[in-house]
Amino acid sequence: MNSLWMLVALMAVVTYLPRMLPMVMFRRFKFPPFWKRFLRFIPYAALSALVFPGFLTSTGNPVSALAGGLAAFVLAWYRFNLMLIVLGGILGVMIWQSLYN
Amino acid sequence: MKPEKHVLTFLQGVRTGIPIAVGYVPTAVAFGATAKSTGIPDYVSVMMSLMVYAGASQFVGVNLLSVGAAWEIVVTTFLLNLRHFLMSASLSQRIPKGASRIGLALVSFGLTDETFSLASVRQEPQLRPAFLAGLNLTAFAAWNAGTWIGVFLSASLPAAIQAGMGIALYAMFIGLLVPSLKRSRAIVAISLLAAGMHAVLRWVPPFSGLSAGLDILIVTVAAAAAGALLFPKEEEPS
Repeated sequence: MNSLWMLVALMAVVTYLPRMLPMVMFRRFKFPPFWKRFLRFIPYAALSALVFPGFLTSTGNPVSALAGGLAAFVLAWYRFNLMLIVLGGILGVMIWQSLYN
Repeated sequence: MKPEKHVLTFLQGVRTGIPIAVGYVPTAVAFGATAKSTGIPDYVSVMMSLMVYAGASQFVGVNLLSVGAAWEIVVTTFLLNLRHFLMSASLSQRIPKGASRIGLALVSFGLTDETFSLASVRQEPQLRPAFLAGLNLTAFAAWNAGTWIGVFLSASLPAAIQAGMGIALYAMFIGLLVPSLKRSRAIVAISLLAAGMHAVLRWVPPFSGLSAGLDILIVTVAAAAAGALLFPKEEEPS
């Protein structure tokens, strides 16, 4: 057995189990109200933690990242389509980089 | 807000996933190209994207492989992706009754930060496995196409194509979070708390050695728990 194959297979297993077990096992489980609210708040806590501060290092330059992030924030505030928000963020970074390079 | 349609179809899922694809292709190209540059065999990178399908841990994986580590990769991968346990538990509460376990076991393979975020901010109270399958399919296809391009074609791609693309997935997260901020004071508080705690964990010395995945797991648990404590009156959705 090739050890690289083994390694990829093990990575696959330890990644898959946390993805699969709760969805299959907790579906019929009635959580008490506190835990219901906890689970319902997970997306927003996770989204915020995913964005900040990680996005600052996403372009190699914190200022251009800020420009892109701000463009996305403004577009999102005014409820533009998600696709336009993504493109606006990319464009924000590109414009900043072309101006200050 | 009462949505027009309560039933989300497979095709709606496929379409909903398009913004993820925009972010995944360049990220996966970068992964493929990075992996190639470390000299690990091409099939390893391609198989990682097909079987592991988890961005950050794949980057860490090829990085550690190139310096000869092996067991550390499995442990790090596990810790990096443990946050999906929470996301999966959160989604499980919105799966309609009668969905098959085997179907859910298949669909859950495609759970990532991005597919979870897109699905969970939907206003529809229930998320059908077919919708999740469509969403996941778009994301998975983009990730693997990008990996393939990165491994086999990136040498011939202009570097400019990737400039500015690093922000794409973050812009998408912002696009998903901001409209929810306008909807609820609890969500504003939870988001500020999560961002603040994450900044502390990332930048303040005794904590800054933690892996990014573990950071996110801790912060998500703490901020969501604080929100559940502080906002007991927050009404049920639907």
